[in-house]
Amino acid sequence: MIAIIDYKAGNLTSVRLALEYIGVECEITNDPARILAADRVIFPGVGAAAEAMKNLRELQLLEPIKTVVSRGTPFLGICLGTQVIFEYSEEDGGTPCIGLAPGTVKRFTPSNPADKIPQMGWNAVEFRCFGEPFPRNQSAVLRCFGEPFPRNPNSVPRCFGEPLPRNQKAVPRCSGEPFPRNQSACHPLFNGIEDGSEFYFVHSYYPSPSDAAYTMGETEYADARFASVIGKGNLFATQFHPERSGRIGLKLLENFSRWDGKC
Amino acid sequence: MLTKRIIPCLDVRNKKVTKGVKFQNNIDLGDPVEMAVAYSDGGCDELVFYDITASAERRPIDIEMVREVAKAVHIPFAVGGGIETLDDMYRALLAGAEKVSVNSLAVKNPAIIAEGAKVFGSQCIVLGMDPVKTGDPAKFPSGYEVTIRGFRERTGLDALEWAKRAEDLGVGEIVINSVDADGTRDGFELRLTRMISTSVGIPVVASGGAGVPQHLTDVFTQGCADAAIIASMIHTGEYTIGQIKAELVQAGVPIRRKW
Repeated sequence: MIAIIDYKAGNLTSVRLALEYIGVECEITNDPARILAADRVIFPGVGAAAEAMKNLRELQLLEPIKTVVSRGTPFLGICLGTQVIFEYSEEDGGTPCIGLAPGTVKRFTPSNPADKIPQMGWNAVEFRCFGEPFPRNQSAVLRCFGEPFPRNPNSVPRCFGEPLPRNQKAVPRCSGEPFPRNQSACHPLFNGIEDGSEFYFVHSYYPSPSDAAYTMGETEYADARFASVIGKGNLFATQFHPERSGRIGLKLLENFSRWDGKC
Repeated sequence: MLTKRIIPCLDVRNKKVTKGVKFQNNIDLGDPVEMAVAYSDGGCDELVFYDITASAERRPIDIEMVREVAKAVHIPFAVGGGIETLDDMYRALLAGAEKVSVNSLAVKNPAIIAEGAKVFGSQCIVLGMDPVKTGDPAKFPSGYEVTIRGFRERTGLDALEWAKRAEDLGVGEIVINSVDADGTRDGFELRLTRMISTSVGIPVVASGGAGVPQHLTDVFTQGCADAAIIASMIHTGEYTIGQIKAELVQAGVPIRRKW
């Protein structure tokens, strides 16, 4: 059962309908007990940071959210949900947020007036592997947690506990997903989704993680190249709306519905 | 980078998508949900539905239709027609619409924009406006006057001033539906679209006049529109969204190509 957290931050209908469409059981709830009992949790949200934090406090949802994240429950943040997991947002004159991810949330400040605010529409997400460029070129020097991929075939470095390939022609794995032979995914939630795919965004503020390893996807808009996808362990959060992003978005939700939270 | 949006418009009358020629000789084109799915699968970026008889029949928008569409498509869609109160907005959004569009209502009661924006968020509130070319520059500096009630009534409002005022009130997006271009398939009203789009900081959607793919290229380049509404050119089957997008790509307009 997926719990969709309802903290009066916008319309949850499309999230629920998207999950129902792909045949995934879900319930919209603000009951801490239901959230703690869920197999997976979705933390959506549309609106403003201050109001969101106020509601979360009043509904006493901060502790359940911190608990599900710290104990390893697969957790998907969407839009405002992705923003309030950071430490602080510039919105509403400055709003302290939950603090599950290090960094802040900033407002777009375009120099070109043709860049309207909010960003409203489809924009590309370039995959990142914990902040590192996603390898398009198999002979490039791949990095895993900052460690060089195997130049020395005699060493057995490890990548997330998996042995790195002695034979560079082998298909190394990262987080259980094939590394760039088919360039499909660096993260289980991107499985079957092409790097550079467009998703639907509506936002005036964007996440700015202070630790680059949290960046799982980047997008460019209004002079900013920002982290549009955040990830660490069982935490995964998108600035875009997967439930409004057509087939590709449904694929991400489907991947989430099967995810065990490991990465 | 952010891509431009192609938005099919479906006018719905008695649960059927209709093509009206200046409100006469309405032809049924099909089921709104089926057409929505086809266009969504065909690569459109958003959809907009207008319940065109709601106001005349003095009833709120057909919520059942909104619900059926929301279950079937998973791209954003806006709804308009029969949105008279905050409660109408609430029910439409709760039924699954991403945005609600107000037109005549906003002119009669501009405060509704601010209220709707406050309660639901600016991004949910779209202003539709139907401007007509007019020759009185002293009264209408932009050269266009806002009309309401399906182009039948003139308001005395200058189109550009109204757009800016709506932005100040908190509207999230403006749809400019040119009275002069509507139904002509002769191209969008580029001058006014550009004027408004370069004067406001929020997204602007061009509407009215799309006939051939070149018109879309023009409205995104010369017209500076962020999005464009199309209707007859795809309802007739003359063009597909894929064809339109292929031409836009050729012309160097940023457009979504995978769906």
